[in-house]
Amino acid sequence: MYRYDEFDHQVVRERVAEFSDQVSRRLSGDLSEEQFRPLRLMNGVYLQLHAYMLRVAVPYGELTSGKMRRLAHIARVYDRGYGHFTTRQNIQFNWPKLSDIPAILKELAEVEMHAIQTSGNCIRNVTTDAFAGVAADEIEDPRPWAEVLRQWSTFHPEFTYLPRKFKIAISGGAQDRAATFFHDIGIRLVRAESGDAGFQIIVGGGMGRTPRVGRVLNGFVAKSEILSYLEAILRVYNLHGRRDNKYKARIKILVDALTLEGFRAEVDAEWQRIRGSVVEVPAEEVERIGAYFADPDWQALADNPPELAAARSRSSAFNGWVSANVMAHRVPGYAAVTVSLKPVGGIPGDATADQMDALADFADRYSLGALRVSKEQNIVLPYVRQDQLHALWQALVAEGLATANKGLISDIIACPGLDYCALANARSIPLAQMISERFSDIARQHDIGEVTLNISGCINACGHHHVGNIGILGVDKRGEESYQLVLGGDATQTAAIGDIAGPGFTAEGVVDAIETVIGVYLAQRQNGEPFIDTYRRIGLTPFKEAINAAR
Amino acid sequence: MPLVKLTAAGIEPVDTVWTRLGTDDAVPAAGAVLVPLARWQAEKEALLARADAVGVWLAAGETADSLSADLDRLTVVALDFPAFSDGRAYSTARLLRDRFGYRGELRAIGDVLLDQLIQMVRTGFDALDVKAPVSGAPVTVETIQAALSRYSLVYQVAHDARPPVSALRRRLAAGGQG
Repeated sequence: MYRYDEFDHQVVRERVAEFSDQVSRRLSGDLSEEQFRPLRLMNGVYLQLHAYMLRVAVPYGELTSGKMRRLAHIARVYDRGYGHFTTRQNIQFNWPKLSDIPAILKELAEVEMHAIQTSGNCIRNVTTDAFAGVAADEIEDPRPWAEVLRQWSTFHPEFTYLPRKFKIAISGGAQDRAATFFHDIGIRLVRAESGDAGFQIIVGGGMGRTPRVGRVLNGFVAKSEILSYLEAILRVYNLHGRRDNKYKARIKILVDALTLEGFRAEVDAEWQRIRGSVVEVPAEEVERIGAYFADPDWQALADNPPELAAARSRSSAFNGWVSANVMAHRVPGYAAVTVSLKPVGGIPGDATADQMDALADFADRYSLGALRVSKEQNIVLPYVRQDQLHALWQALVAEGLATANKGLISDIIACPGLDYCALANARSIPLAQMISERFSDIARQHDIGEVTLNISGCINACGHHHVGNIGILGVDKRGEESYQLVLGGDATQTAAIGDIAGPGFTAEGVVDAIETVIGVYLAQRQNGEPFIDTYRRIGLTPFKEAINAAR
Repeated sequence: MPLVKLTAAGIEPVDTVWTRLGTDDAVPAAGAVLVPLARWQAEKEALLARADAVGVWLAAGETADSLSADLDRLTVVALDFPAFSDGRAYSTARLLRDRFGYRGELRAIGDVLLDQLIQMVRTGFDALDVKAPVSGAPVTVETIQAALSRYSLVYQVAHDARPPVSALRRRLAAGGQG
């Protein structure tokens, strides 16, 4: 993975010094809370319901065992012994003291980490596919470009006080595992007929109260022109995005207002003036960064080694875990393993300090020291030898980390909800726990198969309910928590926003309604198709009728 | 609220007292004035005939091209930050400098806080009308200098001449001074 050189270290050290100064100016009264707010937000410090929260950037989701151990240490020393991995591949600490945050940032800087631009109306941490560099369907590895974008967006002088937050995701796979159609800018590596790889640029996707599937702004931008193209988009947005209403300030609203063609004309006019200019990243810099993502020294191994087959036939629990949590790797004999942070009855995405330390050890032992955070709030070990899968599984079982539910109904994405969040209308975590308990039978989950289930505690949609195959939105209904069911969402390249399936439910009611929905699916399923395919074939009506009949 | 000008020699306090006029304010008989765009458009010949300096200030929503035809007649253009969180003037500054080639003074006015000065200089401002902190602590050349030297490195190419980190890396790799 990318390693800081002395220049990168210096930038982060200066940021720590600046933020330490800002904290002391806030404490002395030189800065008002109003003036401090955007400064702390740009360092990932939120004021939540009960305490400050610190969101630490995990750039494009990549971690090493050393970084993971430092996160464990921070959880243990400065927090209450746990952290929460997020849908944008970051980690949040829920209970730090403001006066401790400079010390935490200093500890992070020592391991090449920071909290820069994890919040605020700026370009946020760039995200990518958690399987980048190992997925078999990859056109090219997106991580060097994610790092180019990290550096370009860090303290960008022109784009730090945008109308609203700005999220960029980049994906290299034929399968889009980075939700590029639901970001302010989505970037997909594509190959032109000439054979050159370049970027498809998608703009104006998003969730929140105005969900939008992103629209293709440009089918192919050459790599050597990507930064000028992005600067043109950002400049048009910075000048013309709405600033009078925060709910209408995202770029998707500007694209709606100008129409895609109108927005494209503005961007192209600006781009022609700066295209291919000094703003571009030099080719040798791309090469320098790319070298950090070179392949490790693979062993010459064969797929499906006999010890794996033997262990799978010996243990049905191991076999189920391999089926769900182990992904094919582009290199024979290796596998990419998802460690689920969704145990039955657990809090999606939470990991204790001890679990983080254990994951770091397993990464050292089985995955060349590498880990990834996935947008599904799980941890990926990207470089595991297939002949060591059983040993890894046994180690995970001992730590309570071997839940075999990746991509299944209990692999729930959930926001922190009313348990933590100042914006929430309803709790998300207890509902996620109820659902995972209701569907705790792992054999039944495997029978139901692939389905995404996402929960948001309010319309801001941090739990991505719009794009869950099954989505749940928590609302406040005259002082009571109420849950709306949304069906048919899809975060991949076949992107779709879910349909509302009628009036809201109580928490118990919505769990029953999910049972009903799953019942309809199982009754209608053809040829083992996944939930989303059945939904697309038969539509919302049969589901809605069954839900209403059961009310 | 000290107004400073950035020159090759460093940060220089500006002694001239500038009066910023609103749309309906009378133009004083003497003294330097900053007039809003609409006043400039309506009265530019009369304003230029005054003995004292005149500059134009643009509100955050007003565009660079609204002044493009007049830039060679202007020595001061000011861009207003109605709130420090409103970043439109950074892009307007880039357009005035890079697209329209404006070389006169570009001044940041309004909610101009110490923590944003670096971005302003990087996008083309060379005069800063810095607002005092809420505590009333004085803003001096030293505090402005400290704010501007907070970051010794930058990653992007912007309007200012600072070489980005990628250029420093290239020099280092070529055996030069980092």
